[in-house]
Amino acid sequence: MTTTFHPTRHGELLQGARDSLPMLAGAAPFGIIFGTLAGPSGLSLLGAMGMSLFVFAGSSQFIALTLLSGGAGLAVIVFTTFVVNLRHALYSATLLPHVASLGQRWRIPLAFWLTDETFAVVQHRYGAADASPLKHWYHLGSSLAMYGNWIVWTLVGVLLGRSFEGLDKLGLEFAMVATFTGIVVSLLKTRPMVAAAITAGAVALLARDMPYKLGLLLAALAGVVVGVLLEGRTATEEAQA
Amino acid sequence: MSQYELAVILGMTAVTFLIRYSFFALGDKVQFPPLVKRALRYVPVAVLTAIVVPMVLLPDGRHWQLDWRNAWLLGALVSAFIAWRFNHLLAAMGGGMAVFFLWRWLLA
Repeated sequence: MTTTFHPTRHGELLQGARDSLPMLAGAAPFGIIFGTLAGPSGLSLLGAMGMSLFVFAGSSQFIALTLLSGGAGLAVIVFTTFVVNLRHALYSATLLPHVASLGQRWRIPLAFWLTDETFAVVQHRYGAADASPLKHWYHLGSSLAMYGNWIVWTLVGVLLGRSFEGLDKLGLEFAMVATFTGIVVSLLKTRPMVAAAITAGAVALLARDMPYKLGLLLAALAGVVVGVLLEGRTATEEAQA
Repeated sequence: MSQYELAVILGMTAVTFLIRYSFFALGDKVQFPPLVKRALRYVPVAVLTAIVVPMVLLPDGRHWQLDWRNAWLLGALVSAFIAWRFNHLLAAMGGGMAVFFLWRWLLA
């Protein structure tokens, strides 16, 4: 990522968008697939666009589709969204020192647009050596680029899904499986993490017939508990050794 | 748009925004307790595995399919292998999807 540019508002804004380009390309297929699968999952055109416009959180939108087509209840969908997006609280906490001096009219929109991608991109910029007072414009540039990108590709997906019959039979959901598998494997760096994954997978299988997709939450909870307990035990053993 | 859809979108919007805004709003006043911080690190692995495993092992949602004809399983294994061996997420996505669609096409 380049950091040699004139620190003007416009310059920062454009650079933020430009540095987000790889992320935009990565998100595009997901926007398309989300839009394509929305109809068959029982979401109207307005519903699909509304979700991308207001929720603006890819993985939870995908999971919501799976849950909707599985007949999950409202409470389960909202609570699963909460669990899946909890990681954003960590981003929010991490970026706080950089936005603390800004007014709420900056903090509210930047919070609304906070995604994994923008977090990754702006962290570099905020950490750069120059003391530019305009780095939040860079943050805004990345946010707007990601937001516009997500909405455009969702719309493309929705339109494709309505124009071609049977797109939902192609198994496009596999894109989600491939991505999630890749993310999980890259996170399996410690034994407690592996144990958390195995536990969550096993409980998800055992509890798969629970109503409202409650099995997913139970599995996630079991995985987290096992991971935390094992990590605690490992830490204690190391402290005693 | 049905009322149910509207409720789903409103609910998802509210929780997602509140999470993202939590620390921006509160400032430095609030800190995560260490146990919560530790638990949060396990959330992605636990949630994502819980979503993927049933989809891969029971592709139709009802019947186990533990054989080489299961494109979901094969594709996921390829994604996992690429992620583990090369630590490259885009390649893991692309490789897994390529094998998945190739396998479905070959077996069709």
